Amino acid sequence: MEKFEKLTAIAAPMPLINIDTDMIIPKQFLKTIKRSGLGVSAFHEMRYNLDGSENPDFVLNHEAYKGVNILVAGDNFGCGSSREHAPWALLDFGIRCVISTSFADIFYNNCFKNGILPVVVTEDELQLLMKDAEKGSNARMVVDLENQQIETSDGEVISFDVDQHRKHCLINGLDDIGLSMEKIASIDAFEAQMAQRAPWV
Amino acid sequence: MAPKTLYDKIWDAHVAHEADDGTCLLYIDRHLVHEVTSPQAFEGLRMNGRTVRAPEKTIAVPDHNVPTTLDRLKGIENEESRIQVEALDTNAREFGLVYYPVDDVRQGIVHIIGPEQGWTLPGMTIVCGDSHTATHGAFGALAHGIGTSEVEHVLATQTLIQKKSKNMKVEITGKLSPGVTAKDITLAVIGETGTAGGTGYVIEYCGEAIRSLSMEGRMTVCNMAIEGGARAGLIAPDQTTFDYCKGRPNAPTGETWEAALAYWKTLHSDDDAHFDKVLTLKGEDIAPVVTWGTSPEDVLPITARVPAAQDFSGGKIEAAQRSLDYMGLTAGTALCDIEIDTVFIGSCTNGRIEDLRAAAEILKGRKIKEGMRAMVVPGSGLVRAQAEKEGLADIFIEAGFEWRLAGCSMCLAMNPDQLQPGERCAATSNRNFEGRQGRGGRTHLMSPAMAAAAALTGKLVDVREMI
Repeated sequence: MEKFEKLTAIAAPMPLINIDTDMIIPKQFLKTIKRSGLGVSAFHEMRYNLDGSENPDFVLNHEAYKGVNILVAGDNFGCGSSREHAPWALLDFGIRCVISTSFADIFYNNCFKNGILPVVVTEDELQLLMKDAEKGSNARMVVDLENQQIETSDGEVISFDVDQHRKHCLINGLDDIGLSMEKIASIDAFEAQMAQRAPWV
Repeated sequence: MAPKTLYDKIWDAHVAHEADDGTCLLYIDRHLVHEVTSPQAFEGLRMNGRTVRAPEKTIAVPDHNVPTTLDRLKGIENEESRIQVEALDTNAREFGLVYYPVDDVRQGIVHIIGPEQGWTLPGMTIVCGDSHTATHGAFGALAHGIGTSEVEHVLATQTLIQKKSKNMKVEITGKLSPGVTAKDITLAVIGETGTAGGTGYVIEYCGEAIRSLSMEGRMTVCNMAIEGGARAGLIAPDQTTFDYCKGRPNAPTGETWEAALAYWKTLHSDDDAHFDKVLTLKGEDIAPVVTWGTSPEDVLPITARVPAAQDFSGGKIEAAQRSLDYMGLTAGTALCDIEIDTVFIGSCTNGRIEDLRAAAEILKGRKIKEGMRAMVVPGSGLVRAQAEKEGLADIFIEAGFEWRLAGCSMCLAMNPDQLQPGERCAATSNRNFEGRQGRGGRTHLMSPAMAAAAALTGKLVDVREMI
């Protein structure tokens, strides 16, 4: 997993609430057996017309947002299915950070497994960041995970909370499974005890 | 000892390791696997020279991609779908998983066959790379969806890295009125909480109306806990649960059954256990409901009218307008004046035998509206066989429904069962998102009885007028 330390990048505004995982990556793209290559299909139905041409009204199709790495999105981003194809598609598209007032639980977890930082901010902070994101390629937002801060292009600073274990893994690009394998003795012991206590499991 | 909720009890019984910051390795009793969210996880195992730690607790079945037409054993036409199903087949056999291939009569939607085969039991922890894993909470099992990286983690370690969620209680008091079902309860709750209202919580459903539900109904309620944002839904096990489990192929027997039963009877929230959030609805106040928009929170009683965007506040104004545009609806239209052209009965929400009975009850001796496309997709091969035995299949076929083989089908339209742009469907599934049932397709969620009634009239209709 790629490390996430500090990101200085263009942010795109997506103020719609409840952007669900079917919007982020529709079902026809879940048939892949790989993790890569989904970026071209991210936000497919909003991004492309029925004839396959780009929808000029969709924010990520605007020239000002080419090369975007940050999304500033409405409440409850990533609701719906557990498909990790959603963060895979975002990552492949180039998104490393999503900022919203809340995220759906499974999507939020999935981001951390893929080197994407989801940041929860207050409604007022989101409005401020949304305005900054509207500047497109004229502006850069700085997301500093070490110091848990976002800096707007005007130099306004917003602090955010993040689980320390997840932060540690993201900053160091650590693989969860490797870390858990180090605790295999605890798992062995628990399993043996469970076999006694609940043999029907 | 401090009083505990049901969630607290199951959680405490499964912590295999706890770090200083409260991050836990939670032991997983059952891992359900389907073809869409697992290939990358198995690939990860191979790349790292890892294996499946507990293949006997890992149950695999193809369901999302499989065709539901009677000729499906000829093979899957869509190449990508075929490769994905073949990959599951290879992985299940190579890693020695419990496996129900597509030609096995026990094949079906993963959340239907888990309980059916007795893999799902009270007090267990159950995960699957699928958000509707919440279904299994109906048994008093802690069950939730996970991403593919977590699937790989569970395959390798039989544990999941977790922090504890908060406790929420949803109580449905009293009795349901005739024509009102488990689906109406679960949609009505989401209508109250919104799709983010349960975020960060595990919901325990309780109250007389919940207690009165069959296991099938309880599964419908818990299935949609995720649509309210909750990590999981739970219902404390009782005699209804035990009766359902007893004699299932993988349920314990003899002395082990007795020991299990004694433990399961302790699985309820203590009287004065603390809940961080409580919602109470009166069963009598719940009407048959339908969704009008593109979020499961867009719920209204069938007797209501399509709302206007201005009826909402904040970000919901824009979202509601977008929904109305997408759904092709005008504010003020009576919901029961909305014409439909497609009916889908099935899914992990409403593809069980009781759902088929409820729909057949409405359809018996009647014909669906001319030109209507209507299909019933049983949740499993065994549900299908049972429905045929009870004569339900004949009722559906005589009414004009297509009688399909088991799978996820038009709930998410990964197989050929899809809506065309602009088609409008009365569906018993769980999501009305834009494009969910096919690009441009319009979905109204409702109960099986309501969907059956709509098939007859060609419009959304109050099923209470037909019983």
